[in-house]
Amino acid sequence: MLRDITLGQYYRTESVIHRLDPRVKIVGTFSFIISLFLVKNFIGYAIAGLFLVICIKLSNVPPKFIFRGMKAIFFLLLITMVFNLFLTPGEAIFSFWKFQITKEGIKLAAMMGIRLVFLITGSSLMTLTTTPNNLTDGLENLLNPLKKIRVPVHEISMMMSIALRFIPILMEETDKIMKAQMARGADFESGSLIQRAKSLIPLLVPLFISAFRRANDLAMAMEARCYRGGEGRTKMKPLIYKKRDAIGYLVIVLFVALVIVFGRILFR
Amino acid sequence: MSIIINHLNYIYDEDTAMAHPALIDVNLKIPDGQFIGLIGHTGSGKSTLIQHMNGLIKPSSGNVFFDNEDINEQGYDKKKLRSNVGLVFQYPEHQLFETDCFKDVCFGPKNLGLPQKEVELRAFEALEQVGFDATYFYQSPFDLSGGQKRRVAIAGVLAMKPRVLILDEPTAGLDPKGREDILNLISDLHKKMNITIILVSHSMEDVADYVERIIVMNKGRVAFDAEPRDVFSHVKELEEIGLAAPQVTYCMQELREAGFDVDTGVTTLEEAKKEILKAFGKC
Repeated sequence: MLRDITLGQYYRTESVIHRLDPRVKIVGTFSFIISLFLVKNFIGYAIAGLFLVICIKLSNVPPKFIFRGMKAIFFLLLITMVFNLFLTPGEAIFSFWKFQITKEGIKLAAMMGIRLVFLITGSSLMTLTTTPNNLTDGLENLLNPLKKIRVPVHEISMMMSIALRFIPILMEETDKIMKAQMARGADFESGSLIQRAKSLIPLLVPLFISAFRRANDLAMAMEARCYRGGEGRTKMKPLIYKKRDAIGYLVIVLFVALVIVFGRILFR
Repeated sequence: MSIIINHLNYIYDEDTAMAHPALIDVNLKIPDGQFIGLIGHTGSGKSTLIQHMNGLIKPSSGNVFFDNEDINEQGYDKKKLRSNVGLVFQYPEHQLFETDCFKDVCFGPKNLGLPQKEVELRAFEALEQVGFDATYFYQSPFDLSGGQKRRVAIAGVLAMKPRVLILDEPTAGLDPKGREDILNLISDLHKKMNITIILVSHSMEDVADYVERIIVMNKGRVAFDAEPRDVFSHVKELEEIGLAAPQVTYCMQELREAGFDVDTGVTTLEEAKKEILKAFGKC
């Protein structure tokens, strides 16, 4: 059941998108998300959707895999759409009791729904095609200017990469502990809410102990290799822009321009 | 009164790009009271197989029967199954969680819904059975040594009074003394309580002295299923799948090649000693 979580997972395959510099992908994803919020009509969303479909196609990640992560946000999506549908004031087209559905409500609900789906799809496409290490490397590199105002960029990215690295490990561990306790008759799935919360203790205690032990071991291993922060640290594989990355940036700029022109200026 | 595994298949990550078979057409019959060694290389499917036996994993196809009932049928009481087929996982750290050892052992029987008195009685009995020192009963399980932790973990499953006890690599990470202690303990449990025991290991050396039947897994299939001496006679095949026969077997084979009249089928040190003495006596 834990295997269903695809958010933040990497999908190993060979594609143009996978080979792109992580910085391009991070900038691209952020531009994509920002452009989603600038769009004011459906033409803009159509362009964004087309762009997304092309990117998914290019990435060689099976669409089924991308949309599996959508299950997790299904309820959020549902609630957002229902609230927008019923609570937007305007020209009523359908009403019963205290509720009414307005024309504006339908439009807003549809827009919010599309926006949310695109947002999740876009960002999961980034994590699916970039290894956690690459991702944090890219982020560190992009945030480097902030070092001037004393933001601990290296530390933040190190923490991020360790956290990302440990998600699958801890997930696997959770699975094992769950099975070990289930073999002793533990029941994680039935009972009242309080009972269920209580039944998590036999799972959480071993999990926390193991997490602390791992953290301890990792700190020791880092120290043994003389880790002392980012100062003067060099990389084995430094990020270098290639020709395809320049093309990538160009595509992003074109996309944002297109979305703004069509989604905001031409058709209001 | 036995476990029957019928054409069992299991595929990991089914319907994703990473799908790969973990078990392929496994057929086994495990009668009551046997002491079985389940041997295989890492990734041979042995852990996956034992998890099928108490319903922790659902097979992709095929059936598992316990007492002539299909355990994956709708409405089958999994809790009862798990009290009958006890599974002790490799790392005791994965199951110990209570503030003291005694309470931790109580966890299993308590989940069976037994009255408090019975729960404590069983926990006490189980801790005695594994030879756990009474002075440590109320100590935190996290302060114990590896061998003692393992004892508490085994007691935690024994307290549910299983009829089949499956142990996944119970000797992993122990020193030679601790290893022998645990193996002797398991062997004693088998003799005294007459329960079925399945001992999972990747080392022939571990199981050769104790078990009456060896099942060798390789790449998700059952490669051998026979008495130890039969299995060890296939030294070549065992080596091909990355396993080895016990050192005794090699020793006896070399003696034979050197011209001594010894039985190469012996599996334990004791038997080997007798054979060698016999051969020399004849000389």
